[in-house]
Amino acid sequence: MVIVGAGGHGLATAYYLARNHGITDVAVVERGWLGGGNMARNTTIIRSNYLLDESAGIYEHALKLWEGLAEELDHDLLFSQRGVLNLAHTPQDVRDGMRRINANRLNGVDAEWLTPEQAREFCPILNISPDSRHPVLGGTLQRRGGIAKHDRVAWAYAGAADALGVDLIQDCEVTGFTTAGGRVTGVRTTRGDIGAGRVALAAAGHTSVLAALAGFRVPIQSHPLQALVSELLEPVHPCVVMSNAVHVYVSQAHKGELVMGAGIDSYNSYAQRGGFHVIEHQMAAALELFPIFARARVLRTWGGIVDVTPDASPVIGRTPVDGLYVNCGWGTGGFKATPSSGWVYAHTIATGEPHPLNAPFSLDRFTTGALIDEHGAAAVAH
Amino acid sequence: MLLIPCPWCGPRAEIEYRYGGQAHVAYPPEPAALTDAEWAAYLFLRDNPKGPFAERWCHAAGCRRWFNVLRDTATHEIHFSYRAGERP
Repeated sequence: MVIVGAGGHGLATAYYLARNHGITDVAVVERGWLGGGNMARNTTIIRSNYLLDESAGIYEHALKLWEGLAEELDHDLLFSQRGVLNLAHTPQDVRDGMRRINANRLNGVDAEWLTPEQAREFCPILNISPDSRHPVLGGTLQRRGGIAKHDRVAWAYAGAADALGVDLIQDCEVTGFTTAGGRVTGVRTTRGDIGAGRVALAAAGHTSVLAALAGFRVPIQSHPLQALVSELLEPVHPCVVMSNAVHVYVSQAHKGELVMGAGIDSYNSYAQRGGFHVIEHQMAAALELFPIFARARVLRTWGGIVDVTPDASPVIGRTPVDGLYVNCGWGTGGFKATPSSGWVYAHTIATGEPHPLNAPFSLDRFTTGALIDEHGAAAVAH
Repeated sequence: MLLIPCPWCGPRAEIEYRYGGQAHVAYPPEPAALTDAEWAAYLFLRDNPKGPFAERWCHAAGCRRWFNVLRDTATHEIHFSYRAGERP
């Protein structure tokens, strides 16, 4: 088997193919280097408080795996369940938040409502003044949510997969697919052909390019998504705060940088960079919520290419080409799902049938109409 | 930030514009005659090339007219713009 893409999802898939299904005749091919795409560029937020049953299933499975992952992979992942606070700024945000809390609880996902005062107690640097441009009317809190160190996650999965016999091949770009009678027989790469009975795409923003080589289309638009870090600061920010309405999400990394993510740039792009006005917009919102950030300096900004679907939910399953599978469409929020994405994708590839958790996320839902519309819970800050 | 040439107003900063995605996607003449797969393709499938891409922009904070741009999605280089209804 060949997995295309050695990001978090591709590496996790390789690990679970070996661990759960005993399949070790696997090559993970990567055009760049291990974990060097969106895995190195995301803001590392982990949560499972999505609205719909299908999403709760797959994201909560991920969170449960996160809770035992450092021990399983024998690697300190700096997984910190410091709580994720989603702010509400309008009466409609309040109603949506409360509805989501009820939906979460029905699905066994921890969730609670905080008043503005409780929110400030949980995050003392939060500005809850009613005079603010986007006043805080409350927020939803998932205490089990938090952050992890993305690079360590990639390396832990890579190391564990490697130890089980999986081949990891870097600097190896897929340039085409070989097929016979409508079935995939291997991949063509910049370093030669590899024969494979099954090929699994895990290429995020480049999925459309690969699908075109294989002769089918995916409902994906690739956009830049930017983020930034500040210089190193004393610990001031104890949790993760997200605000969909004002397009910002903030945490403080273990080392001390404030980590902030923006909304996507509007246009299609594969360039891994975006416009500075998007960063400026995000900083304006962040300063309103956290006046204490006014003297912090931006150390670095960057961009990744995110694969956005029409319903803000991923696609995991079969394609029109027999033996070729796709896992894409995680858009702005794939990091948190890394463990379960790998888990269910490995099941799908190994057995030829989707795992119950990813069956609803098939490519044909766009034809049947059974969309999984998570724009509310995903929004910009997926 | 992109510097986008509006066919009527000339080059202006990206913040004056709104993005409209792939250009030249026509509404199906007989929607009811389409299969589910064809209708789904019209609704949900858009080209997403790495390279030259014909796309729509609206000069929202200017003349408020829609037009088309041929832009490279790998480099952000804008080759040219042209008015709605025209072909490159």
